[in-house]
Amino acid sequence: MKQLKLKSLLLHVVVAIAACMTIAPFVWMVSASLTPAGESSVFPPRLLPSETTFEHYHHLFVRLNVGRYFLNSLILAVSVTMISLLVNSMAGFAFAKFAFRGKRHIFAVLVASMIVPGQVTMLPVFLLLNKMGVLNSYLGVILPAMASVFGIFLVRQYLVSVPDSMIEAARIDGAGDFLIYRTIILPLALPVLLTLGLFTFMGTWNDFLWPLIVMTREEMHTLPVALAGLLGEHAQDAELMMAGSVVTIVPVLIVFLALQKYYLQGITVGALKE
Amino acid sequence: MRASRQSILLFLTPALGGMLLFVFMPIAAALLISFTDFDIYSLGYFERTRVIGLDNYVRVFNDPVFWTAVLNTLYFVGVGAPLTIVVGLFAALALNVPALRFKRLFRMAFFLPVVTTLIAVAVVWRYLYHPRYGLINYALISLGIEPVDWLGDPQWAMPALILLAIWKNFGYSMLIFMAGLQAIPPSLYEAARIDGAGWWQQQWYVTIPQLAPTTLFVTVITLIGYFQFFAEPYVMTQGGPLNSTLSVVLYLYQQGFRWWQMGYASAIAFVLFMMFAAISIVQMLIRQRQYGQLI
Amino acid sequence: MKIRLTGLLILVCLIVSSCYNGSEDIKLTFWAMGSEGEKVKPLIEQFEAENPGIRVKVQAVPWGAAYEKLMTAYAGQALPDVCQLGNTWIPQFAMLGALTSLDSLVTASPIIDAENYFDGSWQTSLVNGHIYGLPWYVDTRLLFYRHDILTEVGFEQPPQTWQQWVEMSRRVREHNEEAYANFFSLIFNDWHVPVILILSNGGQLLRENDCYGAFDDPKTFEALRYYVDFFKNEFAPRSMTEFVNVYQGFTEGRLATWITGPWNINQLRERAPELKGKWRTAPVPAGQGAVSTAGGASLVIFKTSKHKAAARRFLEFMSLPETQETFFQLTNGLPAVKSAWNSPSLRNDPEIQAFFKQLESVAATPAIAEWEQIAVAIQVYMEKAIYEQLTFEEAISELNREVDRILERRRWLLQENLLFLEED
Repeated sequence: MKQLKLKSLLLHVVVAIAACMTIAPFVWMVSASLTPAGESSVFPPRLLPSETTFEHYHHLFVRLNVGRYFLNSLILAVSVTMISLLVNSMAGFAFAKFAFRGKRHIFAVLVASMIVPGQVTMLPVFLLLNKMGVLNSYLGVILPAMASVFGIFLVRQYLVSVPDSMIEAARIDGAGDFLIYRTIILPLALPVLLTLGLFTFMGTWNDFLWPLIVMTREEMHTLPVALAGLLGEHAQDAELMMAGSVVTIVPVLIVFLALQKYYLQGITVGALKE
Repeated sequence: MRASRQSILLFLTPALGGMLLFVFMPIAAALLISFTDFDIYSLGYFERTRVIGLDNYVRVFNDPVFWTAVLNTLYFVGVGAPLTIVVGLFAALALNVPALRFKRLFRMAFFLPVVTTLIAVAVVWRYLYHPRYGLINYALISLGIEPVDWLGDPQWAMPALILLAIWKNFGYSMLIFMAGLQAIPPSLYEAARIDGAGWWQQQWYVTIPQLAPTTLFVTVITLIGYFQFFAEPYVMTQGGPLNSTLSVVLYLYQQGFRWWQMGYASAIAFVLFMMFAAISIVQMLIRQRQYGQLI
Repeated sequence: MKIRLTGLLILVCLIVSSCYNGSEDIKLTFWAMGSEGEKVKPLIEQFEAENPGIRVKVQAVPWGAAYEKLMTAYAGQALPDVCQLGNTWIPQFAMLGALTSLDSLVTASPIIDAENYFDGSWQTSLVNGHIYGLPWYVDTRLLFYRHDILTEVGFEQPPQTWQQWVEMSRRVREHNEEAYANFFSLIFNDWHVPVILILSNGGQLLRENDCYGAFDDPKTFEALRYYVDFFKNEFAPRSMTEFVNVYQGFTEGRLATWITGPWNINQLRERAPELKGKWRTAPVPAGQGAVSTAGGASLVIFKTSKHKAAARRFLEFMSLPETQETFFQLTNGLPAVKSAWNSPSLRNDPEIQAFFKQLESVAATPAIAEWEQIAVAIQVYMEKAIYEQLTFEEAISELNREVDRILERRRWLLQENLLFLEED
């Protein structure tokens, strides 16, 4: 019994230490961002600032236009989420419930395309968007992100189990397919849509490579792109960079913490379905 | 279920149109470009382009920098992915012990890095790795270990990026393992206990075989993610020092979007694609052997 | 339902905001590099006051990211109207057909006169007989040194020759093993030091109409070996992480010298006021001759600009001697227009006048589109020699091979007469 208690205590200590180590970079980030300029580059490093200052945040928003980047990130994340949810849920519904020729083949081709890495299409898509004149606009990020095989797949898997009879009944009542989609399917699929939406939102917010390529005008930068750019100019200003990191990370953390139930569900459902 | 032609078109056109325009056509275009010397000169003046057949592919295979990038990527994937998965597995096993309290809190702590912005944490870690003022060297010195010039030494730069990747991603595999663990019937453990197996033996003889499908899933997801590693070297080392952290995707980005050698970059992209295809085939073969089925 | 409505709303917002354009003034966008971007504001205000109806929007682009940003903007057709270009980039953008020729402006304008510019920097703006940029300021790299530290090791005067330079470095290292005598950046796109060493040793960079690498030229070879030896002898740190903050390293005395541009004079004064009087600047120690690079930047108008007339007015304004003098006071950027050097603030400063002499004898880097790529290759291959991944001789021959490959496209374009496409 005593040995068991000791083991349990040991386990708690080990897990707690591991958790602290995992969290430490965030703690340092926040604390350094509140430290007066230059003070985080001392030896030994201090974990708590000698005095708290918000000057770096002030500098970011007032002189470095971070408010604008924040807005860009937010607009992009929200609109990509909404538009891709609409497009993917419609296609997912069609693949789950409609009978048409070549369905299995089309779906198989879509799924197979998932193994082509995005880097293959990067250059032609850049040239295409250039021809369309949508580089440096929100559409440059939204259009290529509109349809995703992962999203279609997730919605389809979820809707396959909906009994046909529900839809047939609505049809007998004279409802068109779009009305059925809107009034029956969307509410039914809400849990999976929330999960998918959350994934999309966070994925778009955190994305770096694509906005880096498409948004060449500074006023169109997203937070991650702006942060990387800032590093080019202000690498020596550690505290300022930490404040920038905080501004980039905090919104996505808040969204995650608020909706984590759906996020965790999504991850595990995806894994077990496999 | 039957549906009218209009409905089918209405529901599928946006998605399939998007896929066609932004995935399938670009794949074909990239293949065509990879047979030309399309570059920055060609952008405004198309007559400056030549069709050069397989020259770009020949150049890829003879390009020592490309092979450095491949080896670096394999190093990152080969060391980083197993470690990430093992750390995730141990975290899941620890959180699965019934006696452990504050489970949700710990799970949250371990999972937090997964959802944060990669660029932002890479920036943070760049400072954590500072040879003189960084927290990590401070910890080493406190433990009586010689400090390391993490990002400045060609020997250590890659391990530093791997460490960051493990920290960032193990929470994801942990979570999936936790779900897998819950699906293991408790009766199996009971049977093992009756046979006199201790905790470690139970894990070895029950947990690990039972988790095989979950492990395969985690492995594939991790491998595919790690093969595309880019942002960490982009902000932390720019691929240096001495190309020791240059990844295939970073090299592709440099060729494509710094020097605008689109033909050459497209050829690199297709070689990367072949690597992906190889992983997928291996995965399918394993599945086939395990379950006697494809996909 | 709700979801779709919100989506639509956002879409509408997007479209409205992208169409909205408030004022009717001509809006010139102007990209300026580094600190110039922040510091030229008073001049912009003066220009706007003198030219009602024209508004200038300045965007500051960090030097380190400038090349990539400009190329991406060219590819994405998002170039500004007017831009400050590093002199070495002008040939490239001219050959890409991105720049407007300024020949007619130079002919017509009473303000602009080729005679009034330093020949070295005027030449860098001439591509195939057309002028594509107006020199804005000139600069050349300097040796920033800690006078106190050098005095301690017996160098009352900074080193003048390469031998003295090595001797000084050796003594600094012996004096304090925590310190390095020099800081040379090994960051891939910060390639100036090896190129300066080659030019000041009278070495060749390219040969045969800039179609092949010439890094096996004996003088080039010697200069690069000299450069590599600084790292091998630990006279310069090869790890770039310890001195992410060079200012701090310089202030703490862990770096005794640093080769950088005049813009850092103000930076150092601001960031390290306690160091006042302890540091000075001097010309980079000379090899065979005292030649340095024709650094500096020019102003160009991109072909995509819709406001070329306004842009020309802006360029003329920036070329006025008075403007150039104010610019010097604001940024420490040395005037490209020679008559501005007669103003008291420049004439009475002996250190500045030394620049004037130096600037009369500068050498230009090759005026070809591939130069940036080649310069980065020099840096990359020298890094390999520094880390002894390759022997020095191997590094040179591989560098030559790589440069020959980079120039293959130039050789073909020259042969097919496709390099210079006539103005439309």
